[in-house]
Amino acid sequence: MSSGAWVLFGLVLASSALGFLAARWGHANLTKIDEWALGGRDFGTIVSWFLVGGDIYTAYTFIAVPALVYGVGALGFFPVSITAVSYPVVLVVLVRFWGIARKRGYVTTADFVRDRFGDRSLEIAIACTGAVATMPYIALQLVGMKAVFSQLGGPFAMDNGLPALAIAFLLVAANTYASGLRAPALIAIVKDTLIYVTVIVAIAIIPGKLGGWKHIFDAVGPVLAARPKPSSILLAPPQYFTYATMILGSALALFLYPSSVTSILAARSKQVLRRNAALLPVYSLMLGFLALLGYCAIVAGIDVGARGSNSVVPLLFARFFPDWFAGVAGAAIVIGALVPATIMCIGAANLLASNVFREFSPGRGPVGVPMAKFFTLLMCASGLFFIFFVPVTYAIDFQLLGGALMLQILPAFVLGLWTRWLHPRALLAGWATGVVASCAMAYASGFASNFTLHLFGISLTGFIAFYGLVANLCVTVAATAVLRGVGVSVGSDRTLAADYA
Amino acid sequence: MKRTHAWYALLILPVAGALLPGIYNRVEPALFGLPFFYWYQLAWVVATSLVLAAVVLATHERNDV
Repeated sequence: MSSGAWVLFGLVLASSALGFLAARWGHANLTKIDEWALGGRDFGTIVSWFLVGGDIYTAYTFIAVPALVYGVGALGFFPVSITAVSYPVVLVVLVRFWGIARKRGYVTTADFVRDRFGDRSLEIAIACTGAVATMPYIALQLVGMKAVFSQLGGPFAMDNGLPALAIAFLLVAANTYASGLRAPALIAIVKDTLIYVTVIVAIAIIPGKLGGWKHIFDAVGPVLAARPKPSSILLAPPQYFTYATMILGSALALFLYPSSVTSILAARSKQVLRRNAALLPVYSLMLGFLALLGYCAIVAGIDVGARGSNSVVPLLFARFFPDWFAGVAGAAIVIGALVPATIMCIGAANLLASNVFREFSPGRGPVGVPMAKFFTLLMCASGLFFIFFVPVTYAIDFQLLGGALMLQILPAFVLGLWTRWLHPRALLAGWATGVVASCAMAYASGFASNFTLHLFGISLTGFIAFYGLVANLCVTVAATAVLRGVGVSVGSDRTLAADYA
Repeated sequence: MKRTHAWYALLILPVAGALLPGIYNRVEPALFGLPFFYWYQLAWVVATSLVLAAVVLATHERNDV
C-alpha cells in the first residue's frame, strides 16, 4: 500500500474507535431513547456546530459541488448561496420547533404533526417521505467514498471498491448501534478538522500553481464555451429564475431532512441553536472555495474520463498533493461520509420507529431503544443495497428527487408551527399532489433537476422541488377553504398556545 | 408583538441578496482575479453570518432557556 493509503486507513480506524468510546461520553444511560437517539439533548454550542455542520456538509457535497462547477459552470455555484436562505430559516423555524419539541418530548417532525393535526395518515405520510428521501442520500455518501477508494488503488479499489465500502458501512452500523448520536457528534470533530485543513491547504496551493485566479477564469471561459453543451462562468439571463428557484428550493428542503432535524433537536438550548444559526455559515465559505476547485481542475487539464465527474476532487488532490497528504484528504472525505450517513440512519430510523411502526403496533406504547436500533440497521442495509444493486447514476437521480419529496412536508410542518387553519385532509391532498407532480416532472425531464414549464406563451425553467411545492400549497389552501366551507371536522389539536412560547 | 421582533425583518436582506442573481451576475469589479459573481456570493455568506449575529444578539432574552 502507498503511504497515502496507510494514512487513510489509520485515520478511519482511529475515528471509528472514537465512535465506540462515545458510548461512555457523559455517563449516558443509552437505554433511554433521548440519550441514544438525541445524545441526551444536551450538546453545547461547539459540539452542535460540528454535529449540524457534519450532517449538512457531507462528503458527497464536497465531491459533487466542485464536480458540478466543473461540469456546468456558474449554475453549479448555487449551493454556496443556499446559506443566505437556510440559516434565517433555522433561526425562525427550527428554533420555534426546538422549543415545542423540548416541551412535549418530540423526537421527529412527524411527532409534532400528529399532535398538531390529529391525523394518523398525515403523520405516516410525513414519516415515510423523510425515510424514503434519506435512503438515496445515504447511498450517495458511499458514492463519495467510492471515488476516493478507486483513486487510492491497492486493496481499497479491489472489486470496484465494494469490499472496502461494505467494511466502512459495517463500521457505521456498529458505531451507531453502540453509541447512538454521540458517535457521529464526536467523530464530526475529527472529520471537520481534517476537512478544514484539507481545504485551506488546497486553496493555498492549487490556484497559485495554476497561475492565480485571474488566469484560471480567463482560461476556463473558452473551455466551457467550446463544450458540446456550452456553459459559462456567468449565468445566461434565462437562468436567473432557475438559479433562484434552485437556491430557494434546496435551502427550504435542507432543514426538513430527518438527519438535520435530529442534529438540531440534540442541542442543549434555544440559545445554542440561535448562536449556531450565525456560526454555521462558516462551513459555506469553505464550500464556496471548494466549488472553485472545479475550475482549477479544468485549467489543470484533469480528464475524468470514464470515472465520471465525481472523481474531479480526488484526481485534483492526487495531482497537487504529496502522497501522504492525499491520504489525509481522502480520509477527510471518507470520514466525512461516515458521519452524515450515521446521522441520516438515526434520523430516518426515528421516523420509522416512532411514526410508522408505533402507529401500527397494538399498544402504541413509547418507542424503545431496541426498536430504534433495529430500524437504524435497516437504514444502513438500505444504503448498502443501493451500492451493490443500483447503478450510481440512479442514486444521484433519486437523491435529486428526494429533495423535491422532502420539500412537500413544508406546509404541514413549517406552516403548522404558526397556524392551525390548514385542514389535515387538505394537507394530505397537497402533499400527494406535490409528490406526484415532482415525480412526474422528474420523469418527464429525464431526472434532471430542472423542469421547463410552458405557461401563457412563456417558458420558465425552474427547480422541480420548487414547482412541486407551489402545486402543493395551491391544493392545500384551496382544499382547506372547501373543507372548512362545507364544515368537515378539522380534527383535534393537542398542542397548547403555551407550547409555542 | 414585542418591539424586539422587528429585528427579525432584517433577515429579508440575506434572502433577497441571494435570490436576485440579476444583481450579481457580472464579471466586474473583480477581486483578486475572482469575477464579481463569485466573490459577491462568498462575501454574502459572511454578510449573512453578520446579519444573523446581529439579530440573535438584539433579540436575546434573559429568560431564554
